[in-house]
Amino acid sequence: MAQTLLQVEDLHTQFFTSRGVVRAVDGVSLHIDVGETLGVVGESGCGKTITALSILRLVPDPGKIVSGRILFRGNDVVKMDDDEIRDFRGNDVAMIFQDPMTSLNPVTRIGSQIEEAMTAHKRFTPEQAKSRVIELLTRVRVPSAETRAKDYPHQFSGGMRQRAMIAMGLANEPSLLIADEPTTALDVTVQAQIIQLMKQLNRELGTAMMLITHNMALVASLCQRVVVMYAGRVVEEGPVEQIFKSPQHPYTWSLLRSVPRVDEARKDRLVSIKGLPPDLSNPPPGCKFHPRCPFVIDRCRVEEPPLGEVGPDQVARCWVLMRNVSEGDVATAKQSSISVAAAENLKAPVADIGTKSGS
Amino acid sequence: MMQAPEKAPLTTVAADPIILRVQDVYKHFPIAGFGGLAVRAVDGVDLEIRRGEALGLVGESGCGKSTLARLITALLPVTRGKIIFEGQEITKMRGGRLRRMRRKMQMIFQDPFASLDPRMTVGDIIQEPLDNYGIGSGKARQRRVQELLRLVGLNPNFTNRYPHEFSGGQRQRIGIARALAVNPSFIVCDEAVSALDVSIQAQIINLLQDLQREFNLTYLFIAHDLAVVRHLSDRIAVMYLGKIVETAGRNDIYDHPQHPYTRALLSSIPVPDPVVERTRAPILLKGEIPSPVNPPSGCRFHTRCPIARVPGICSEQEPPLEPHGQRDQLAACHFAGEK
Repeated sequence: MAQTLLQVEDLHTQFFTSRGVVRAVDGVSLHIDVGETLGVVGESGCGKTITALSILRLVPDPGKIVSGRILFRGNDVVKMDDDEIRDFRGNDVAMIFQDPMTSLNPVTRIGSQIEEAMTAHKRFTPEQAKSRVIELLTRVRVPSAETRAKDYPHQFSGGMRQRAMIAMGLANEPSLLIADEPTTALDVTVQAQIIQLMKQLNRELGTAMMLITHNMALVASLCQRVVVMYAGRVVEEGPVEQIFKSPQHPYTWSLLRSVPRVDEARKDRLVSIKGLPPDLSNPPPGCKFHPRCPFVIDRCRVEEPPLGEVGPDQVARCWVLMRNVSEGDVATAKQSSISVAAAENLKAPVADIGTKSGS
Repeated sequence: MMQAPEKAPLTTVAADPIILRVQDVYKHFPIAGFGGLAVRAVDGVDLEIRRGEALGLVGESGCGKSTLARLITALLPVTRGKIIFEGQEITKMRGGRLRRMRRKMQMIFQDPFASLDPRMTVGDIIQEPLDNYGIGSGKARQRRVQELLRLVGLNPNFTNRYPHEFSGGQRQRIGIARALAVNPSFIVCDEAVSALDVSIQAQIINLLQDLQREFNLTYLFIAHDLAVVRHLSDRIAVMYLGKIVETAGRNDIYDHPQHPYTRALLSSIPVPDPVVERTRAPILLKGEIPSPVNPPSGCRFHTRCPIARVPGICSEQEPPLEPHGQRDQLAACHFAGEK
């Protein structure tokens, strides 16, 4: 049995706004084993970033962790005092963000920033920290690390900045690295370099990784297990191969079929999920996905399904499950079309106008 | 060098099968205070877009694809070269003629939050192009706005609402309705779905495909997401540092890429399938795109190319864009097709 590194249990994080209480994270449970890569996927506003920020106790105002436990090697992060949480953030966990430019200090040299990350947490002596900077930058494959350490962030390109951010994240040898959309702002060839780097680091250093993203392909490439979130809840979880081969929640199924694949010729229309994600200050009753679900049944509207086991290590929160949906219903779900009547109405008058003004 | 269309015109009345020709077009942005230095954003581009097709234009940031789009829609003047739209040279047009020509080419932008005036109602936003071109009477315009809203899947009674009341996907629909208002034949979509969440992105992609079929539109579809481009386009052009390096049919370019940059670009994109991903090894390019102020000599890609002969022909001679590989495929590489 793998050893559990982080265990989140029934986490509720809410934002207390003038418009009411927003339940951003609404009873999330998940775990990460030592050395494992976990993908957390979902669309904007599903609560994936707030879950990560809750783990670091960095939820911005007016948000608050309302209940639940976050156990890191058995210690509850929610109950830590200020010194303990500082130590936890510095030495056990690190987080890298989407936009490396806004997370680096523009007036401090790259090398000094990485050094500061080490000396601030007193894990290394100033001398050790100095020599580690070059080592870290070399490890994340920044060429001519010794000279580049003296550069300022604006002298680095986007990909190089993200490497520097990763170097800083790894500075104190954390056992968990949380990466929030680490490659979204990068060009594809640079994205491939960073993905490769993260794979290598996970292998070489055994750092567990929590990858937060909306990009299913990135999860397929980097992760061993995946958690799918919708409206502040986990709706499906399981090993990556299993989830991609046989997703059971209609939301997971739709997410996988709403993106075209670069390695396949165009076959089907893309599955588009109708409507919009719910307002989390006033979520729908029953299953949170039911207003958008193409396979909804009456029970979904009144009663929320629990996370039930649907396969080996795979759980899903659904009354229907994709394996019970008929092929006909799947085909219907793929159809969505513009209003042909409206198109006809539009064509007629414009033809007149076209001849009037000439070309 | 342009390839002559291989199909002879079907009938004498048939319109030119090529709706847009870009011939040896340059756009250099001078850098103030650096005597003579310039950002060579577009640096000698030849391109044809056929009537009714969707042409995908891909490349990484800074390759010049958005600048090219702005030259094609005459939003920027060219430094040199010709752009011919429906048989007329738009690079020479001014004033009223240009305005009338622009009616046929519309643009859909990336950021639906920045491209709609927050102080105008949705009805006014969509009606504005009709007003500008004096199309129809007041009543007819309002009717058309309602039809347009219905067409893009929005409630036709929303005309009095403001952009902030809509989500990103809905705003993009408003942008599409505005582009369609004056009945264009050619639409440039500049990263039109990149800012949207995946489920919403699929809605807009499906809508764009339906509209193309319904109104026989020609698209220039610019994006950095090659999977989306492959899904939406009939033909694809790959751009690198101000030049087109390869064009081909959407399946040929993926199945038989001829240019090493195309090959690297395609292999960089992860596939949503863990079983496939385990066996895939991306071709990792060295470094990043060089500066367009001072592009490398010879083939611009030679500094990052895995098969370049340097020193040698690749760093000395610029390869022309010429037929390689499949029918209708062009590549600019001295060693096209080699791995």
